[in-house]
Amino acid sequence: MILEIKNLSASVEDKPILKNVNLRIGGGEIHALMGPNGAGKSTLGNVLIGHPDYKITGGQIILDGKDITYATPEERARAGLFLAFQSPVAVEGVRISTFLRIAYSHLHPDEKIVIADFNKRIKEAMKTVGLDESFISRSVNDGFSGGERKRFEILQMLILKPKMIVLDEIDSGLDVDALRMVAEQLKKYFSKDVGYLIITHYQRILKDIEPHFVHVLVNGTIAMDGDRTLSDKIEENGYDWLKEVA
Amino acid sequence: MESTYVNKDEEIDRLINDLKSNGALDYGFHDNINPVYSTGKGLSRQVIEEISEIKKEPDWMRRIRLHAYEIFMSKPVPTWGPDLSGIDWENMTYYSSPDEVKATNWDEVPKEIKDTFEKLGVPEMERKYLAGSIAQYDSEGIYNSLKKEWEDKGVVFMDLDSALKRYPDLVKEYFAKAVPPSDNKFAALNVAVWSGGAFLYVPRGVHVDMPLQTYFRINGEATGQFEHTIVVADEGSSVHYLEGCTAPIYSKDSLHAAIVEYYVMKNAHGRYTSVQNWSNSVYNMPTKRAWVEENGNMEWVGGSLGSKVTMIYPSSYLRGRNATTSNLNIALAGPGTVKDTGAKAIHMAPNTSSKIIAKSVSLGDGKSIYRGLVRINKDAVNAKSHVQCDALLINDESVSYTMPHDEIYEPTANFTHEATVGKIGTEELTYLRSRGLSEDEASSLIVLGFLDDVMKEIPMEFAVEMNRLVKLEMSKMGAVG
Repeated sequence: MILEIKNLSASVEDKPILKNVNLRIGGGEIHALMGPNGAGKSTLGNVLIGHPDYKITGGQIILDGKDITYATPEERARAGLFLAFQSPVAVEGVRISTFLRIAYSHLHPDEKIVIADFNKRIKEAMKTVGLDESFISRSVNDGFSGGERKRFEILQMLILKPKMIVLDEIDSGLDVDALRMVAEQLKKYFSKDVGYLIITHYQRILKDIEPHFVHVLVNGTIAMDGDRTLSDKIEENGYDWLKEVA
Repeated sequence: MESTYVNKDEEIDRLINDLKSNGALDYGFHDNINPVYSTGKGLSRQVIEEISEIKKEPDWMRRIRLHAYEIFMSKPVPTWGPDLSGIDWENMTYYSSPDEVKATNWDEVPKEIKDTFEKLGVPEMERKYLAGSIAQYDSEGIYNSLKKEWEDKGVVFMDLDSALKRYPDLVKEYFAKAVPPSDNKFAALNVAVWSGGAFLYVPRGVHVDMPLQTYFRINGEATGQFEHTIVVADEGSSVHYLEGCTAPIYSKDSLHAAIVEYYVMKNAHGRYTSVQNWSNSVYNMPTKRAWVEENGNMEWVGGSLGSKVTMIYPSSYLRGRNATTSNLNIALAGPGTVKDTGAKAIHMAPNTSSKIIAKSVSLGDGKSIYRGLVRINKDAVNAKSHVQCDALLINDESVSYTMPHDEIYEPTANFTHEATVGKIGTEELTYLRSRGLSEDEASSLIVLGFLDDVMKEIPMEFAVEMNRLVKLEMSKMGAVG
């Protein structure tokens, strides 16, 4: 699976945020997108999933050769794209088991779901990501702590089995142990068919899961592409020097 | 806890699929049944005499009817709530009987009527979940069953007309006591022209552990249905009575003005659940009231889904010490409809408590109004009441009002009130859609989620119905926003 972002520009409330962003993420590749606060990192995540408050003003998003620039969020999800949200919202009264079952039936329409088996899988995955089994009968993110929400995002990835995964600051609000767990699960899930775009402000998570490519977003534009040495450089020198380059 | 939820979801999915495959997705169909007897259009003393005559009822009932008719004529149509000017009093049929048969076996029910109830899933529901059931078609109960186990324990469950013949004294003791004809114009009309409805009597100490149900179907155009239901839970007994209602879609409006009188005696427990899904040509104006004696407990659970205009405020009169009541209500105001719903709790004795939870969802230009009354009389020492109203607005033109009315005359009373109004948020919708759910699915899940704490209290088969309707309404709405 290949995700191609071509000359993508986008605005929020008529304010241009992204300007001519280009990225190409293939299966078996781990990309990191770094950048200072306000560079437009999260906007990119929201634009990729088709959030209606973010308007695409130019360019294209192509997933496996299919133009999804103006596709609905559900069409993108069904095509294999997954966004782990930076701040997942609570949805009162919508039980996790029901939600995941409906989602799965759309993402894998040819598979027949046996509810008991499916729930067992959810419970096992809960153990894996460090959530108590009892969460299965709770409502989506309702009453979850910040860390629990992040764990639940990873759980959804494990259950729904997407191919192209965008992780929007999955590392924020996680303690060291949780962060290690997340990195471990990401590594385990990774294969030649899976692509990652890890959006992060810090390079901490990149120590546990090494990116093949690092891109730096400054003022809504990719200021520099490189390999993992680029993230080391950012750790040492911060982002200011890149602003001059851009 | 967890396994019941999961199983409930599963069961709901399965039942919805069953309903779909039975073609029961819409109740708008009607039968071409010619009534064997009808009083024709309009209302007069003579019509009332005629109804009483057909029913061959005792003279006291005839006199109550005529007295109620005078009250009905003297009271103006209420103007403090929704617009009722569309009720065409002159061209309404007040009594219409489909058949003279009263069946106790579905095979005895005329085929066309039986097919209708089959389509609505009534006989199946009875086999699976119920201790007994009554089916009413226009003015008359046409089918009645009660499992032998309960009959043997002395439970009486039949349509009120039959009960009046077989147990006239028992009926006389309770008829129009909790809801007298002077209560309001529609109650007066009911007492004047009532026909059908259920009579349920549970003897002392008997716990009926399966619900009993009546299903009401209006088939005729511009027809009134005025059933009168009496439930008596005698001392120390418990019972759960359910009602379901549907009607075809017509261009001329029909009127449903029922009365439910529920008597919960000392230490007894009564529960009443109704899900009305009248078509949007029905004015639904029932009066429902419970008298709750010492240590008694009354639970009202209601889903108001269909109809053009609904005005309903189930009331509990807490008459004895430690009497308690809860009232859970869901109102769904679809496009072009008004739901003026709520609850009343009247605290007349010490240590009584009431809890009212009302949830409303307004779609399109639908309007939902919470109208409630909590009265705590002087000397109702340490009475407690909690009222919570939550409204969800789906579209920009959707409307919700909250009109609570509180009369607290007792200084030791503890009274709390909460109200919230919310909209379906873009963030929640986007989140669910980003996992592959369609916009319709996401919004109906959010709506059902909003209703969840009340849905839990509703029996499975009605929860299924509610689920189905919410999903149907949401998909009819198309894009949300």
